Amino acid sequence: MSPVRIKDHWREQRIFERRSLFAGAAMALLGLALVGRLYLLQVARHDYYSALSQENRVRTDPIPAARGLILDRNGEVIASNQPTFQLELIPDEVPDLRGSLRRLVKLGLLQADDIPELVRTIKSRRTFDNVPIRLHLSDDEVARFAVRRFEFPGIDITPEEARWYPEGSLAVDAMGYVGTISEKDLAHIDRAAYAGTAVIGKTGVESAFEKQLHGTNGFRQTLVDAQGRPVPKPGVFGKDLEMKAPKPGDDLILSLDLKIQKVAEAALSGREGAVVALDPNNGDVIALVSSPAFDPNLFARGITEKQYAALEGNPDRPLYDRALRGEYSSGSTIKPGLALGALTDGVIDPDKPVFCPGYYHLPGSRHIWHDANHEHHGETNLDLAIARSCDVYFYGVAHEMGIDRISEWLPLLGFGRPTGIDIGGEKPGLVPSRAWKEAHFANPANKVWFPGETVNLGIGQGYFLVTPLQLAHYASILASRGHIWQPRLVTGSRSPDTGKIKWLPPVYEGYLSNISADSWKRVIHGMVGATTYGPPLTGTAWSVMRGSVYTIAGKTGTDQVVNESVTGNLGEENGFSKIKKQYRDNAWFIAFAPAEAPRIAIAVIVEHAGFGSTGAAPVARKVMDAYLLGPDGKLLPAAPRGPYSEPTDLKPKAEPSLPPLPASKPPATQQVVDRAHPDPAAPPSAQ
Amino acid sequence: MIYEEVSSESRTRRTLTGAARVLSALRMDGPLVTALALTAAYGLVVLYSASAENLPMVLRTAMRLVLGTAAMLALARVSPNFLRRTSPWLYAIGVLLLLAVAVFGHTRLGAQRWLNLGPIRFQPSELMKIAVPMMCAWYLHERSLPPRWPNLLILGAIIMVPAALVAKEPDLGTAALIAAAGALVVFLGGLRVRVIVGMVLVGIAAAWFGLRFMHGYQRQRLLTFLNPQSDPLGAGYHIIQSQIAIGSGGVFGKGWMNGSQAQLDFLPERTTDFIFAVIGEEFGLLGLAVLLLLYAFIIGRALYLAVQTPDTFSRLLAGSVALTFFVYVFINAGMVTGLLPVVGVPLPLVSYGGSSVVTVLAGFGILMSLHAHRKLMGS
Repeated sequence: MSPVRIKDHWREQRIFERRSLFAGAAMALLGLALVGRLYLLQVARHDYYSALSQENRVRTDPIPAARGLILDRNGEVIASNQPTFQLELIPDEVPDLRGSLRRLVKLGLLQADDIPELVRTIKSRRTFDNVPIRLHLSDDEVARFAVRRFEFPGIDITPEEARWYPEGSLAVDAMGYVGTISEKDLAHIDRAAYAGTAVIGKTGVESAFEKQLHGTNGFRQTLVDAQGRPVPKPGVFGKDLEMKAPKPGDDLILSLDLKIQKVAEAALSGREGAVVALDPNNGDVIALVSSPAFDPNLFARGITEKQYAALEGNPDRPLYDRALRGEYSSGSTIKPGLALGALTDGVIDPDKPVFCPGYYHLPGSRHIWHDANHEHHGETNLDLAIARSCDVYFYGVAHEMGIDRISEWLPLLGFGRPTGIDIGGEKPGLVPSRAWKEAHFANPANKVWFPGETVNLGIGQGYFLVTPLQLAHYASILASRGHIWQPRLVTGSRSPDTGKIKWLPPVYEGYLSNISADSWKRVIHGMVGATTYGPPLTGTAWSVMRGSVYTIAGKTGTDQVVNESVTGNLGEENGFSKIKKQYRDNAWFIAFAPAEAPRIAIAVIVEHAGFGSTGAAPVARKVMDAYLLGPDGKLLPAAPRGPYSEPTDLKPKAEPSLPPLPASKPPATQQVVDRAHPDPAAPPSAQ
Repeated sequence: MIYEEVSSESRTRRTLTGAARVLSALRMDGPLVTALALTAAYGLVVLYSASAENLPMVLRTAMRLVLGTAAMLALARVSPNFLRRTSPWLYAIGVLLLLAVAVFGHTRLGAQRWLNLGPIRFQPSELMKIAVPMMCAWYLHERSLPPRWPNLLILGAIIMVPAALVAKEPDLGTAALIAAAGALVVFLGGLRVRVIVGMVLVGIAAAWFGLRFMHGYQRQRLLTFLNPQSDPLGAGYHIIQSQIAIGSGGVFGKGWMNGSQAQLDFLPERTTDFIFAVIGEEFGLLGLAVLLLLYAFIIGRALYLAVQTPDTFSRLLAGSVALTFFVYVFINAGMVTGLLPVVGVPLPLVSYGGSSVVTVLAGFGILMSLHAHRKLMGS
């Protein structure tokens, strides 16, 4: 064993000194690294960490903007906001959660079945946050809770703004409704702008004008601690907290007249159908009804699954917007339009009578087309053919025009494409053509256009499909003698701050300049005849329109839902009621009035109501009477406008013209001002 | 030599001499004690803010400082020879207590560290922070330096046995500090550089192979085993918030009691392990620089005193006290600033928490005893 005791003290001292020096140097280096790190954090990246520290302590709560109101042309409110009261609970402050909830059930403020779900919701939230446990308390419920409030520590009533439709289902298909923001909605909105907003427009004006109605949300900054609790006395940390007031959404003014809307809805009395009434002078929608309707408040206040299932499962389909999305055969309502085409093309002589034996057959074909109800109109000229709705005459008109001209002509009258109404969501309908048939059918045998299909078009049957809105638009083109206005619901917006109204100019689409004044005169004469010709050559709508103080130009139509082989050949009198409802024909009626200077153009469909004259025309009559007649039963002076109607000088001064028709036929006669029918598109001041 | 200053003429000198006389009678080193006192005072000021004006907490810390000072004064009076002779016994008692903790220990905060001795709850691991370097210094004192291989094996055992027992409690931070205190003695004793380099290389290689051939979940399990107190997410939150606190403090800080990170509870453990970040937030880079300068002075002075001690035991033990103090400061500051992983090491003299203050001051008491008695010992 080596002599351990022998130690070299000087050497050991030197070892220690060297090691101490080395350690000192190492510590100095590590110290420098530390200082470098501090420099990086506190000097180089100071701004970055300051921002993070700011984010930490400041919570930004959005303040939702009040949604804009929706008013009708008279300033009557159809969509407003209503403070509703909700029951909120702060878990931290409730000593006995389940006990409190049970007592709320006893008070009738909660449903016993909802308790487990509620408890789960409450447990999932932060213990110091307000958790809404019951929305939209009624006044009675608020009162019931208020007297017992002392029994419920940590539970309180808080006010909340909710969308409120005071008229319920009135005009719901025009106005639309709001609902809870869904995943789908989130995809096309700026999430940041909607922070704090509970609902979003789902359909109608509420959806199409969402941006204007929504406004701009504000925010309020609160000082919070690490758990997210607001700090009651922010002191030095709360100096730089900001707040921005929300900017409420604009109020929208609709062209609708709620009085007329109510009359139209009442006239339909819940039957499945639609009414669209337009002002032919500017495209304003006076009334827009799809029946049956539903209460939009259900959606605005958070529809339950059960309520939604009930609406969805209703066989009358209240959620289905028939006015814009229902596609039907036009029936005979298309006849005036076809007559205009045939006159413009010069393929018919309006004065030459055609003998109507009650049936028609194509030259060279053995197939026979019957007149509806197998009527025999005898010798019939164009005027009588329109007034009495002679199918045989129009089978011939369609045959003379041919499918190629018809498929070019009908789109000029607004068919086969959306009318461009400002709330969107409409179906385009369908104007068939050779090309369409070629593309649409798979079977080569069906790709060919058959002449018989052209004949069917003469009475608006077959592939041709229209929406009630399109038909009203068409009626308005007829009423204005060729002026095309885009239908619109929103005429202006009112700033909630200044109360100033910004009017939107109506959208003028052009003028059908090819149609001669003589053609207009003849066709409208026929339509007036439909409502005025009494026996023996009775107009189809005479019995309903009889006694009107103003002249009505109208046209009935019947959309055959199924072939007569299903229903059997049953006339109106002898067994209509025996046909199963869903097989009964849809009744159409279009009209405009007063015929010489129209102020209203209307289309009415009543599903499964049989003939247009009896099913739909009475509805149109009631609406027109309500719009045109004063309380004394006399025709109101022109332009009965409310305070919220836009001034007339907004109309475009120069009228753009539509491109002329393809010149395959003799060119149209030049436009002549018809003294008997002054141009209704001219400003009222010119009349 | 102690009394040489008496011959000075100036009145000031005489006054200083009076203070020096008291200090030397107490076996205290003036500059070191001053720096320690300033640091502790600074710590109390910061703690008042960090604890949200919790005066009882500040008073408790002041009481512990008094207790630590008493321990320091008492230990400074003890003769180095006595310290050296009792080292093995102290070590043996410490190991036995650690075993007792492992068997009967009291579990608190998920770790079995505490021994209930009637009214006193006692953490034997704190004792080992001093006993292990003492034992190593004692062992090397008897042998010629630098240590040879057999000596290193025995030293390894002396260090690893208590460190392993503490690590099992589990208290990885303290175990690392105990091991570091012992290893620093061996380093100061002249452990050959090639051995150090070799051990570092072996360690790196082992870690690399270990991690290389482990699946992700095994690696995660190992990390969780090494640091069970804080899951990665939790530790991540700590470190992010402390960096935000320090960084947002900037050069001049947000002002005393104005640190939003600390005052609004974003900074976790702000009175204990993360108090360094409170200083950074409220007093900025300047406040931290003052603290680090105080620490640097304490370490430098301690090392200077260590070099002056006459024998191997004193030198090694005193040097270890100085370097261990640095390790405390560096690990804590490194952890809080995000340089090092999160391990529970308090900031010496500043962090709230009982035993650490007493242990640190006791260590400096021993250091001053070793220095002050240098002329009284025969070498």
